[in-house]
Amino acid sequence: MSNWVEVCATGEIDEEDVIRFDHDGKTFAVYRSPDDRFFATDGLCTHEKVHLADGLVMDDIIECPKHNGRFSYMTGEAKGAPVCVDLKTYPVKVEDGSVFISLG
Amino acid sequence: MTQIVIIGAGECGARAAFALREKGFAGKIMFIGAEDHLPYERPPLSKDALLQGHAPKLVSEAERYEAAGITVLTGISAESIDPAAKVVRLSDGRSQPYDQLLLTTGARPRPFPGLSGACQRIRTLRTHGDAVAIRAALQPGRHLAIIGGGFIGLELAAAARKLGARVTLVEGLPRILSRGVPEELAAVVAERHKAEGVEIHCGAKIRSLQEDSEGVSVLFEDDSTLDADLIVVGIGAIPNVELARDAGLAIDNGIAVDTHLRTSAPDIFAAGDCCSFPLAHYAGRRLRLEAWRNAQEQGQLAAANLLGAGEAITAVPWFWSDQYDLTLQIAGIADGAAQTVRREVADGAFILFHLDAGGRLIAASGIGPGNTVARDIRLAEMMIAAGIHPDPAALAAPAIKLKTLLAA
Repeated sequence: MSNWVEVCATGEIDEEDVIRFDHDGKTFAVYRSPDDRFFATDGLCTHEKVHLADGLVMDDIIECPKHNGRFSYMTGEAKGAPVCVDLKTYPVKVEDGSVFISLG
Repeated sequence: MTQIVIIGAGECGARAAFALREKGFAGKIMFIGAEDHLPYERPPLSKDALLQGHAPKLVSEAERYEAAGITVLTGISAESIDPAAKVVRLSDGRSQPYDQLLLTTGARPRPFPGLSGACQRIRTLRTHGDAVAIRAALQPGRHLAIIGGGFIGLELAAAARKLGARVTLVEGLPRILSRGVPEELAAVVAERHKAEGVEIHCGAKIRSLQEDSEGVSVLFEDDSTLDADLIVVGIGAIPNVELARDAGLAIDNGIAVDTHLRTSAPDIFAAGDCCSFPLAHYAGRRLRLEAWRNAQEQGQLAAANLLGAGEAITAVPWFWSDQYDLTLQIAGIADGAAQTVRREVADGAFILFHLDAGGRLIAASGIGPGNTVARDIRLAEMMIAAGIHPDPAALAAPAIKLKTLLAA
């Protein structure tokens, strides 16, 4: 059974941008892609636990603000040094102008 | 089978070794380092490692080298290179032939002038062993004297304060961070250190450093002295060029490489802290860059070019420093800036944009808590690489997203 949690209104995330979302002691990063789709991953870089929401979104890539580790925020795939562990991703849906993520 | 030998087991060499495999190289890779550890990340040594005293953070675990078929020799140094015979002589007596050679020999701390012999309480900070020894001496109430107000000295000062030590930092120039950091940012750093209880003395003229059974002292030219329990000297680094120089390779403030990281000898490349290279975006001016990201990027570029890619260096210099909760980031080279524009960011953070006489963005430097300036500095770096001439008024306006200027 899915546990959908409301993140924010869609308008609170710019296109090709990311926000931080904290819930139940965990931190997430929620993205809006240039083609206006929403995605969610764990909030911390797998390299040194830095908040990815301070990083830069370029196309389908989130780049860690500290050491430039890159991930696809759509698949969670680590794109090479210094990151080698993928990010966990979460299902996202948009309903009534709000973004929800599924925390399983 | 083709054999590539990499000398110098740090971040740069490790990146190169793995990148060779990622790019499909199927021959032998031999990776040789003088330290006893597998390559580890050096940036934490003046920060977290010092505070927490944990084991070195490896660039990659041993199993990954094994899985990639990379032979790593630790605790072994290269003693000479014969470029004509294409052989490296190692400290264990063996002669190691190569088809291609990559030098990632790094740099070592610049010693204090006139200081001789091995001092126990006058130290430098470069290796994990150095960090362990310094941490052991930094108990609450102990007095640490730091010589040099650069990144190493300042990061160490912040870590030492957190460990409860008393800290005095001595800088010979009129201000801290005079190499590469604008005065406005350096002032923020200095103020923060003072607020945390670090005593900073700039413009100091040191006559000598002394160690005896009682402790250590800094002797100044005005005959005053500063007594301490430990002195750490952080006055810059010297590139490890001896191996290359003795083999007849061209040296120019580092092992001189061309835009493809080739040295003056056939089939020998160099990358990272040990080399000086022609800098893109700044009229090919030659630079040696002692920075973590440069080590990574040049390691990967060297791997590509060892395999014949012929890719030129295009990276914009970038580095950071963490002190307390402050992070400073700089992209580009601000020398020769004709105009500086300040942009306020959240939480007291700010960024300075440096433009040349023609209005081209040549550098950006920012400081703030945590990663507040990171995204904009990264965008500035992309603007520098793209050769953009941004509107100074737009740079100064926090409401205007930098991304829109990049696209313009």
